[in-house]
Amino acid sequence: MSHETTSKRHTKTVTKLLLVTVGMFGFGFALVPLYDVICDITGLNGVVNLQAADHDGATVDEDRTVTVEFIATVNGNRPWTFKPEVRRMEVTPGELHTVTFRTTNGQSEDTVSQIVPSVAPGLAGRHFRKTECFCFTEQPFEAGENRDMSVTFFIDSRIDERTNTVTLSYTLFDLGAGDDPDFDPEDAELHANTR
Amino acid sequence: MSSATDTAHHGHDHHHAPPYGITRWLFTTNHKDLGVLYMSFGLLMFFIGGAMAMIIRAELFQPGLNLVDPYFFNQMTTMHALVMIFGAVMPALTGLANWLVPVQIGAPDMALPRVNNWAFWLLPAGFVLLLATLFMPGGAPASGWTMYPPLVLMLGDSFPFLIFAVHILGISSIMGSINIAVTILNMRAPGMTLMKMPLFVWTWLITAFLMIAVMPVLAGAVTMLLTDQYFGTSFFNAAGGGDPVMFQHIFWFFGHPEVYILILPAFGIVSAILPTFARKPLFGYSSMVYATASIAFLSFIVWAHHMFTVGLPLAGQLFFMYATMLVAVPTGVKIFNWMATMWRGSMTFETPMLFSIAFVLLFTVGGLSGVMLALAPVDLQYHDTYFVVAHFHYVLVTGTIFAIMAAVYYWLPKWTGHMYDEKLGKIHFWVSVISVNVLFFPQHFLGLAGMPRRIPDYALQFAEFNMISSIGGFVFGFAQLLFVWIIIKCVRGGEKVTDQVWEGAQGLEWTLPSPAPYHTFETPPVVK
Ligand code: HEM
Ligand SMILES: [Cu+2]
Repeated sequence: MSHETTSKRHTKTVTKLLLVTVGMFGFGFALVPLYDVICDITGLNGVVNLQAADHDGATVDEDRTVTVEFIATVNGNRPWTFKPEVRRMEVTPGELHTVTFRTTNGQSEDTVSQIVPSVAPGLAGRHFRKTECFCFTEQPFEAGENRDMSVTFFIDSRIDERTNTVTLSYTLFDLGAGDDPDFDPEDAELHANTR
Repeated sequence: MSSATDTAHHGHDHHHAPPYGITRWLFTTNHKDLGVLYMSFGLLMFFIGGAMAMIIRAELFQPGLNLVDPYFFNQMTTMHALVMIFGAVMPALTGLANWLVPVQIGAPDMALPRVNNWAFWLLPAGFVLLLATLFMPGGAPASGWTMYPPLVLMLGDSFPFLIFAVHILGISSIMGSINIAVTILNMRAPGMTLMKMPLFVWTWLITAFLMIAVMPVLAGAVTMLLTDQYFGTSFFNAAGGGDPVMFQHIFWFFGHPEVYILILPAFGIVSAILPTFARKPLFGYSSMVYATASIAFLSFIVWAHHMFTVGLPLAGQLFFMYATMLVAVPTGVKIFNWMATMWRGSMTFETPMLFSIAFVLLFTVGGLSGVMLALAPVDLQYHDTYFVVAHFHYVLVTGTIFAIMAAVYYWLPKWTGHMYDEKLGKIHFWVSVISVNVLFFPQHFLGLAGMPRRIPDYALQFAEFNMISSIGGFVFGFAQLLFVWIIIKCVRGGEKVTDQVWEGAQGLEWTLPSPAPYHTFETPPVVK
């Protein structure tokens, strides 16, 4: 085998291996949408739909009740108060319920918060249907503002019959716009509504 | 390059002795020089990472916050792991590949000599970035080597250094492994079919593919961390719709194959040494090749065994539990083959053989604790305890590091032309093998009793085992100075060795003179 063909062979092999490298770099990023798709299809991870669910036509299952627990956490020890008005309730699958969360921005600055829901057990996530929720959009708060925010939900009667307790956990993230001197709560509201 | 004229034509500036001075090492494209550079770099990093381990063990010698600030302690555990994995073990294995792969397949050099030089010199660059963080305000990364967000995003100034260091080290490993793969695929001597390759070459070929497949995924993961931190993306930021658990999935998709990157070449080393000193051919050569390939394949579908506690659904836990336990099957095949190789052999116990036998026994201990960790319901208790620390130190220290030491003793006479000091070698072995068990075995008990990993202080009931472990650690650490002395002594002189060096050694490298000349196999040997 002559020198030329050797280096040609090297070029060919190197090219192939480089393609694999680039492909795998891309694959790493492809895992991101893939992860969401898999969570979506399988209903894993307690991911909750951030679009309003439709209650019309939901069947009510009078024969059982499910305990729903509420947890509210503020991320990163920011000075907020964020509390559900009830810790737990018994609900009949298919019936609509509303729970309010008392929320106070304890900072002396205007800011925007995003509240992220999660449901445990994970597989119950897709059966936890919200017709209305403060978590659908970012929530602007003025300095020191105190507000009751509410979520309206029902438990889909198709929920696994072995599930008797569902926990809805909210984590409040302070998006920290309060640090921005140009910050305008109206802009933020606009932004929140277009999300 | 098969004809003599061709060789002469291309070889005109090759044939004098290697140039002298610093430029020889800076600009060298010779695979043996680069092998030496890689291995020396690995040894240096072994001591830097080792010094960090000494600090960790000194702090844990007694309960209470004694020596160092807890935040500095966290920097030590993080940096110890990064330095040992990316600085010591991977370069040492790459260095062995550089030196040995061409001479084992009858090639004159690596396929891409200049890439080889570049890949090596990226390593010091990456480690300057990483180690510099130790001297920065705020100190080095303290998030654990696994870099989980959101903690890692709170590092401050060391964060971008960590990310770029990982990028640079990743590029270096990818270039190194492409080079090794191309060399093995394209440059084998005539007659050296794939199934005639020594197992060290086979395991490195598979390792190279693993690296090419997963290092880019790590690069992607840390890039996402970077953009989350500085460019407002929300890959792992729950407030923006991301998920920190996804980082763990991506990281361990890299991370689990990575642990096999660290062990497969060690399998190759031991498969070379055991037959030599048992004076019998390796038992089950082709099953070794298939076992290595199956381990590599399985390593892609077991990553979530690192994540049993994140709240995986039952089906996921079951899948990853069974897949992980499946890895034990090809691993068991290998251990069986090694034992069968020694069975009824005329064994002698020179230092490389001692390290290899210790490898077989103690790697098995690590494999068994691995199978225990693979059981999802049990791992809920063991996860993030010292039991995990004991597990991976058995597979990595008494596994990979022992194999690397065995390799150094085994091939050192070929590299230097001198026999190392066998008496000192044996002392090094016995001190190491005893102290390493004193160091790591009690950590199993600590973990089972519930001592968490990565903490600078602990409850009083753990005091005795920690003190024993620390004493083992200090002895093991200082014993490695003896290793350096043995190497230096052997380089400077010693009893002259024959070409074959070891009575039972088989393979192309043992047909070369000792020490092997600067250029070898410029005319390829013919393999029958
Ligand atoms: C029979 C083979 C093996 C099995 C079944 C196995 C299983 C496991 C499991 C289940 C864990 C996760 C423990 C936890 O965090 O709770 C683990 C951790 C680990 N294993 Fe293995 N393992 C095996 C072999 C190896 C080998 C060969 C290596 C490397 C040479 C290795 C290196 C590691 C490392 C570094 C960790 C800890 C990573 C970290 O959290 O920092 N394992 N292993
Ligand atoms: Cu693993």
